[in-house]
Amino acid sequence: MSTVHIKINDIPLEVEEGTSILQAARSINIYIPTLCYLSLHIVHEHKINASCRVCVVEIKGRRNLAPSCSTKCTEGMEIYTNTQRVIRARRTVIELLLSDHPAECATCEKNLKCQLQKIAAKMNIREIPYMGEYSKPNEYIKSEALKRDKAKCILCGNCVEVCSKVQDCNVLTFSHRGFKTFVGPAFDVNLDESKCVACGQCVNVCPTGALSQTSAINEVWEVLHNPSKHVVVQVAPAVRVALGEEFGYGLGTAITGKMVTALRILGFQKVFDTNFGADLTIMEESNELINRLKEGKNLPLITSCCPGWISFIESEYPSFLSLPSTCKSPHEMFGAIAKSYYAKSASLDPKDIVVVSIMPCLAKKKEAKREQLQNDGYQNVDYVLTTRDLANMIKEIGIDIDALENGTFDNPLGESTGAADIFGVSGGVLEAALRNAILTLEGKCKDVDFMAVRGYEGFKEASVKINGKEIKVAAVNGLKNARKIMEMIKNGTCPYQAIEVMACPGGCINGGGQPFHQRKMSNTIIGKRMEGLYMQDMSKKARISSLNPYIQKLYKEFLIKPGSEVAHKYLHTYFKKRETVIK
Amino acid sequence: MENNKEKFDELSAYIDSLHATGHELIAVLHRAQHIFGYLPREVQEFVAEKLSIPVSKVYGVVTFYSFFTMEKKGKYVINVCLGTACFVRGADQIMKAFEERLGIHNGETTPDGKFTLSSLRCVGACGLAPVVQVNGKTYGNATIDTVDQILKEYEGD
Repeated sequence: MSTVHIKINDIPLEVEEGTSILQAARSINIYIPTLCYLSLHIVHEHKINASCRVCVVEIKGRRNLAPSCSTKCTEGMEIYTNTQRVIRARRTVIELLLSDHPAECATCEKNLKCQLQKIAAKMNIREIPYMGEYSKPNEYIKSEALKRDKAKCILCGNCVEVCSKVQDCNVLTFSHRGFKTFVGPAFDVNLDESKCVACGQCVNVCPTGALSQTSAINEVWEVLHNPSKHVVVQVAPAVRVALGEEFGYGLGTAITGKMVTALRILGFQKVFDTNFGADLTIMEESNELINRLKEGKNLPLITSCCPGWISFIESEYPSFLSLPSTCKSPHEMFGAIAKSYYAKSASLDPKDIVVVSIMPCLAKKKEAKREQLQNDGYQNVDYVLTTRDLANMIKEIGIDIDALENGTFDNPLGESTGAADIFGVSGGVLEAALRNAILTLEGKCKDVDFMAVRGYEGFKEASVKINGKEIKVAAVNGLKNARKIMEMIKNGTCPYQAIEVMACPGGCINGGGQPFHQRKMSNTIIGKRMEGLYMQDMSKKARISSLNPYIQKLYKEFLIKPGSEVAHKYLHTYFKKRETVIK
Repeated sequence: MENNKEKFDELSAYIDSLHATGHELIAVLHRAQHIFGYLPREVQEFVAEKLSIPVSKVYGVVTFYSFFTMEKKGKYVINVCLGTACFVRGADQIMKAFEERLGIHNGETTPDGKFTLSSLRCVGACGLAPVVQVNGKTYGNATIDTVDQILKEYEGD
């Protein structure tokens, strides 16, 4: 790779050819503010929008200012990042953006996390000299999981980029032009009427409050203070390694014990673990895999834990709905068991039990409302909160996380194996299923680490020997890769017998409900959270789901065996073609 | 959309003749608008499906270019050029005259579906300013009398 010599603020520097001015400046710790700059390290090629013009710099010999994010360094370039001209231009850009942005910061969901707000503060903007008409209506649209506030959109295009390039869902698009430019689904339908799967990746990269999530915080406070309700909570694996980020802990730090204590303080009667549901999922799913392999029917088996993925296949590939595992997702299995087995053993009426799920995910909010996810007349899960919601509730009542003792999950639905922890990372469900299938068929599973399906690559494959027979497996993340797999299946070129699909890049650890990271979707963030979960896995006594003593007890006392009639009633579901207004 | 099978067939045949590579969207939309007179949702969905591109992309392009329209147009589309040269030579008066006589505003269609009145910016015939186009036919050096002539010419049709 050849290099070029440049100077930034008179500091000489040698950088690789093709490096942007912004990257070069960051490499020597020179700060250039950005607003629309999206760093999708996990996607190798994506467009630099260069739409906001906040990152402009002055280049000697060039007439106009250059956007540093999209301008590449060339030999002999002399760059100045904070001349008076640059600072004036940046201020003007921010002032103009603010002149078309409702000043509702105090009540905005992105308050204190908004990039526009942060930059305005950093640039010392105290007044907006421009007055005039707003370009977009102050209209607020709520879908099942997402909220759109049209007026807060600054047209940076980050959501469009993620929706098309990362997820290949192509729901959000730019429409119209000039003053009327607008971002939304085609024909301006509501997100629920579009093919949106509610993955929430757009929310994660939106610099302002234009895209945010719906929240059930108020409803949950309500039931927590209702003495006639028995409110139980369950927490997804990916939450425990990300929640700490909201309280100043390093990336990927697992604060499981403190989180459990905090949940008790919030008022939940029982603090259970979605991990238990994950172990249960593996019992059923590995059994299903073994049967399908034996019969050679409905292959490849595709995982069904991810509701974003399920929405995707239901609308995009409805003729292949016999392929996903019929297993409910772990938190739904948990809910079904909480309102049946647990209700009975704790002598509770299921109508008084409220199941709250803390998820790293927005699609789970939508999933929980599915009509096929109920038993005995009760919805399996009542409310879904995100990692961010939980952090907000903890902050709301002023819990000092640092000062908390480590708590442990309640039983019988709180014990889990390492196989459950890794549900939160791409490849984890597949790995957990393989561990269990091998143990079931061979009587032992010595090597539980399937390194080939780990990591943040979008498309991973491996060959695994089960009971002397070789099977091919794949783990994909990001819906763009899911589409690749489905096209292979459609064309009859899919060599795999078992496939795991996660809608979000990297898996649930990078879900749409996780703490915001300033439009970054980097290997560092995903990698650290990933490490956190593999460490949880390593620290567990048992690392194969069927070795969970409470799972064994549950089968003995209630479910009989994997795939039994009772198990089917409570733990399995069905999928159906999703009709959307937009084709 | 009523009785449109033939129109869809025509569009379909046109798209097939292109051996689509994914870069023909604008050409296809031009043809589609020529066939249907406008680009309603069904037509956009049809184009997206035929070209194997997301309908959101089609919608983005249709709404971006002012040439494309999602509104059904009248049989005759009267375009008054409001470009600089035409404007300084009284195009606004021409527009006003059309509005008064047709009883509609710029951008609207008469209730009988006969005329749509709209404006455009410069057709490259500034020497003939002010210019009016009706379904592509150009009328130069337009005056109020021209307005009446044009309406007379097409009204009986």
